[in-house]
Amino acid sequence: MFGVCSQDESEVWPKMQFMLLFSRQGKLRLQKWYVPLSDKERKKISRDLVQTILARKPKMCSFLEWRDLKIVYKRYASLYFCCAVEDQDNELITLEIIHRYVELLDKYFGSVCELDIIFNFEKAYFILDEFLLGGEAQETSKKNVLKAIEQADLLQEEAEAPRSVLEEIGLT
Amino acid sequence: MPAVSKGDGMRGLAVFISDIRNCKSKEAEIKRINKELANIRSKFKGDKALDGYSKKKYVCKLLFIFLLGHDIDFGHMEAVNLLSSNKYTEKQIGYLFISVLVNSNSDLIRLINNAIKNDLGSRNPTFMNLALHCIANVGSREMAEAFASEIPRILVAGDTMDSVKQSAALCLLRLYRSSPDLVPMGDWTARVVHLLNDQHLGVVTAATSLITTLAQKNPDDFKTSISLAVARLSRIVTSASIDLQDYTYYFVAAPWLSVKLLRLLQCYPPPEDAALRGRLTECLETILNKAQEPPKSKKVQHSNGKNAVLFEAISLIIHHDSEPTLLVRACNQLGQFLQHRETNLRYLALESMCTLASSEFSHEAVKTHMETVINALKTERDVSVRQRAVDLLYAMCDRSNAKQIVAEMLSYLETADYSIREEIVLKVAILAEKYAVDYTWYVDTILNLIRIAGDYVSEEVWYRVIQIVINRDDVQGYAAKTVFEALQAPACHENLVKVGGYILGEFGNLIAGDSRSSPLVQFNLLHSKFHLCSVPTRALLLSAYIKFINLFPEVKATIQDVLRSDSQLRNADVELQQRAVEYLRLSCVASTDILATVLEEMPPFPERESSILAKLKRKKGPGHLPDINNTRRNVNGSSDHTETNEVTNQDSTPSFTDLLNLNSSPSTGASLLVDAFSSSSTPASIDVNEENFSRFVCKNNGVLYENHLLQVGLRSEYRQNLGRMYVFYGNKTSAQFPSFSTSLNVHNKAVDPIIDGGAQVQQILNIECVSDFTDAPILNIQFRYGGTLQNIAVKLPVMLNKFFQPTEMTSQDFFQRWKQLGAPQQEVQKIFKAKNPMDKEVTKAKIVGFGVALLEGVDPNPENFVGAGIIHTKSTQVGCLLRLEPNTQAQMYRLTLRTSRDTVSQRLCGLLSEQF
Repeated sequence: MFGVCSQDESEVWPKMQFMLLFSRQGKLRLQKWYVPLSDKERKKISRDLVQTILARKPKMCSFLEWRDLKIVYKRYASLYFCCAVEDQDNELITLEIIHRYVELLDKYFGSVCELDIIFNFEKAYFILDEFLLGGEAQETSKKNVLKAIEQADLLQEEAEAPRSVLEEIGLT
Repeated sequence: MPAVSKGDGMRGLAVFISDIRNCKSKEAEIKRINKELANIRSKFKGDKALDGYSKKKYVCKLLFIFLLGHDIDFGHMEAVNLLSSNKYTEKQIGYLFISVLVNSNSDLIRLINNAIKNDLGSRNPTFMNLALHCIANVGSREMAEAFASEIPRILVAGDTMDSVKQSAALCLLRLYRSSPDLVPMGDWTARVVHLLNDQHLGVVTAATSLITTLAQKNPDDFKTSISLAVARLSRIVTSASIDLQDYTYYFVAAPWLSVKLLRLLQCYPPPEDAALRGRLTECLETILNKAQEPPKSKKVQHSNGKNAVLFEAISLIIHHDSEPTLLVRACNQLGQFLQHRETNLRYLALESMCTLASSEFSHEAVKTHMETVINALKTERDVSVRQRAVDLLYAMCDRSNAKQIVAEMLSYLETADYSIREEIVLKVAILAEKYAVDYTWYVDTILNLIRIAGDYVSEEVWYRVIQIVINRDDVQGYAAKTVFEALQAPACHENLVKVGGYILGEFGNLIAGDSRSSPLVQFNLLHSKFHLCSVPTRALLLSAYIKFINLFPEVKATIQDVLRSDSQLRNADVELQQRAVEYLRLSCVASTDILATVLEEMPPFPERESSILAKLKRKKGPGHLPDINNTRRNVNGSSDHTETNEVTNQDSTPSFTDLLNLNSSPSTGASLLVDAFSSSSTPASIDVNEENFSRFVCKNNGVLYENHLLQVGLRSEYRQNLGRMYVFYGNKTSAQFPSFSTSLNVHNKAVDPIIDGGAQVQQILNIECVSDFTDAPILNIQFRYGGTLQNIAVKLPVMLNKFFQPTEMTSQDFFQRWKQLGAPQQEVQKIFKAKNPMDKEVTKAKIVGFGVALLEGVDPNPENFVGAGIIHTKSTQVGCLLRLEPNTQAQMYRLTLRTSRDTVSQRLCGLLSEQF
């Protein structure tokens, strides 16, 4: 049992403890931890949980008790999205957090697939940070989240452009 | 390129990722990664300064490698450099690397904090957001120290952009969760509450999470949030679905915000103000009504969003537990979900109903769904749903339906998933005991448990059945008959042999009149199992045999032959051999009278909390288990509450397991006989109780210790270095406590050896303070109750400050002496948080109670307290000055003590600082 996952009187832990994305083959594609855990503990948790979920049958319930946490998960095509929340937390709203995140990825990449997340993993993290912060929903409006990401992309292009120009004239 | 690449393309990165994906084996992948790591290392070490783009690309590659599960031990410095780039994209990758790969390297933390500080002050909202996200992602103590006071300012500043406010609110929340002591409450708290009124729903959403967490810990400071939250919720639930534009999710108005607001309201009792209360009730009714409306969309997201709000509303209704109509409506709604085609909803309905079952208003309504739940137990295909059904049956069980529920659980146990069998066994055992009207049913149920799931029946369960049979003579004959019959089965579980051996050893005589269960038949039956059993069970059976010799003299010769056989007397196991030798000898030398005394029937066990209930609580954790004793108010009448009071004192008495000690293995060694009749069953070390110790720092009289048997009261007086303490021992039971004795690790007068039921005896202790000291004396109390030796150790509240003589002095004298005691080791200072409300009069009383004179008008600041006194010991006197400075705004105190002796300063400071 991991001490950090249990409720400690003196400290309040986030409702969402972590979020994992993994493939049907059990490959981890994204991991976001909202509690401080050592690298070793993270690896152990991911390994155990991925196995547990992959062993479940398709029509089963999206929620399960795992250690002292509640796991909410859903499969989209070849990817499993999985959140660990506290026992008392609202399971259905967590399920829809997953769905909204999928929608955001889908809108940003245009019909997202696993490869998009592999090759643009940093974007998947940026989008997640705009949507969830510290394990809590920060901005639930799809429009606003995408606006923030697109603005950042614009900044990126502006920043990129002069580089190549300068490079061309050999000023770097 | 297989993937879209918006904005920039880091081509090198894409190529590298492709290479990794093309690796055919783990070894090839590792080889490719090592090659890349070597390349990056050489680039970072190279003479040529890397441009920002290359740095970004390599840092990103390192990040990718780390996320694949490999260790990364360099690149942190380059990532930190990226933070101060003025190109957004480089900064962003730098922050991502830091967020994912935080290192507690203190040099780096300083650099990282510097970069964050710059970005926070940049007034560029995108940079500020990156910095805030990074703080929230890392959330370390160092970051809390650096930014916890800055972020509230950003959050409530008038000119802060909405998106920055959102990030700041959740960033602060994360810091408060990891280091609450570093987040100062202050003026900003009131302004944060008003964010609930903000026009931007995203700001409200983020702020509600922050307010909820703060309100959990400081409910009084955030009371004003109740009315604002109700108003906001009311506007959302009554809005048309298009009103909230993009915050409408599949025709559901702002489901996330609604859930958060309902969660915030669960930090408080129902609003006292009638109008506000009415408005909230209206909201809850509207939410319940909407559940009955036809769906506006067939999409599962629509129903999930709607039901997420509904379930949270039901949680609030259960939390308030005050509106019977709402509770019953909630229950009916959940009843509909029990038969819903969505597995998720059935799961949640079962879970939510569990808490409804514990309310007196809805317990009966929940019971009406029993058949559906039993059906779920039989037909659900998902074990996690079946588990919820078991939990609900357990929660809805009472005297009226116990027999049916226990029977259903038993039949489910035959096919239950292995992962949940032990828990079901515990639940069945608890229900059977709790709702047993006649104990024959109880005995049958437990034997069935052993038959069906013997491997999952823990020691606590079979210890408990023996305890109950021994304590109730009306069931002993039945129990003997039933175990005798159960043992007839050709293959029976070893746990049954244990129970059977114990019960026949005690009560076999009750069925010996029947020739079919004559003494010899009983013995042969037990002995036929002997060779298949483990050592602890065999040891138990040997004890049963010697008890048979006492009960049935006619089988004495047969049993002596068995004991005398080589397989017993020369058994390789030392415990078995010893028992065989001793029992054989005992049966030969002892007269019938002595034998009858030694092997007398077990005396009744003292009643206390069922050890199985304790085990289930341990297993599930206190929050998970609806406590069928405590939480259901009034439904079962007061008779059900008798067991619960004793829970807290479990630690101070030997546990039931120690008492029975049937499962003795060679290492524990003790035999049944020894357990029952000697006083050596005392555990080797008992915890010293010091629960009430600190209460006596500032006072001299009161209750020092109390459990369900005994109360220890104190009255004490001190004068200079001498003290006298009167200790009162009160017997709370109706039985006599024989062999009562106390001992102290210092000298004391003897106390009466017997305390009659309900009586009180007094003991006087004379105390002399020889020199200054830290450790308090331990008082050990021993007595017998119900055949067990009780052992209690309590720390006696004799502290150094008891030997204070208060000293009055003028302001001038005080400061002169204060300066004289200025050496560093003479002063001890402590800053600590107030544990109690900061009341001036209470504080004064405590300081006077501590023993010093309270000096008025000495400190220039009238809020501060100063005191002076002299500690008297036999050999010396130690002058002492103290100053206590409260800070009501921060809810903190600073305590300073100056005495001529450092050990005295430390001890006094330690004692006094615990009092506020």
